[in-house]
Amino acid sequence: MPRVIVDVMPKPEILDPQGKAVHGALPRLGFSGISDVRQGKRFELQVENVDESTLAEIATIAETLLSNPVIEDFAVRVDA
Amino acid sequence: MSQRVGVVTFPGSLDDTDAQRAVRLAGGEPVALWHGDHDLQGVDAVILPGGFSYGDYLRCGAIASFAPIMTEVIAAAQGGLPVLGICNGFQILCESHLLPGALIRNDHRTFICRDQVLEVENASTSWTSDYEVGQRITIPLKNGEGGFVADDATLDMLEGEGRVVFRYVDVNPNGSLRGIAGITNERGNVVGLMPHPEHAVEDLCGPGTDGLGFFTSAVRQVLASA
Repeated sequence: MPRVIVDVMPKPEILDPQGKAVHGALPRLGFSGISDVRQGKRFELQVENVDESTLAEIATIAETLLSNPVIEDFAVRVDA
Repeated sequence: MSQRVGVVTFPGSLDDTDAQRAVRLAGGEPVALWHGDHDLQGVDAVILPGGFSYGDYLRCGAIASFAPIMTEVIAAAQGGLPVLGICNGFQILCESHLLPGALIRNDHRTFICRDQVLEVENASTSWTSDYEVGQRITIPLKNGEGGFVADDATLDMLEGEGRVVFRYVDVNPNGSLRGIAGITNERGNVVGLMPHPEHAVEDLCGPGTDGLGFFTSAVRQVLASA
């Protein structure tokens, strides 16, 4: 069954305390060279078939429930 | 006849009984409302209490904003019914677009619990008419995701229209932009804030009785308009 992926990320200008915490842990683990970390969410939606109307509906779902457009951006893609 | 103030209980609400008690101490009649109902039971005002509705899954307040009773709460709020959102209730009001902006994780990444001083900047809302502009009140603050954010245009609009109701004094406890602790809608009937007035209504527990004014304001306003 096809799968549609919705990625939700905090907008670039919004503070991401979780990403900062992850970033702060890296040097303690001996990893260097990572200049920033942003943490988001990934949703996997199983669908019967992928067509234009399904993707339009998923975009609406992403905008109304999966993300908060005030603080987050989303991207919809079909899982290959 | 005392005024009836509904308090909505969602799965994961924590402070619903405290809010009911605050209504009673203010001279109103608390009415328990259930998230799964489509019935406001004819109440004169509604409180969305603090807690962790739906376990804060997805985003704080996101799933609660689509709860059955929110259909009625949103319609009534748009019609002028006084609605107060405290902490998780504030998050629900933002998620349901009754108030602008959003609440994100505290900038220092730790849960905070302290007695917090606020300055009242708008004393003409349904929930703040018993205060005076410039008055400083101390009520508990307890949150993990209380950082108020919005874009600059929205923040400018809120400040320009006098819709910042409370600002944090002395410290910014959670990274809220411009130190904003609470806001209101254009009409002044919907108010949301992160700190908890319902925990400051009796001298026996909490930092005092500075929070009682929220509830007496609403009860008085409802009486005046009846």
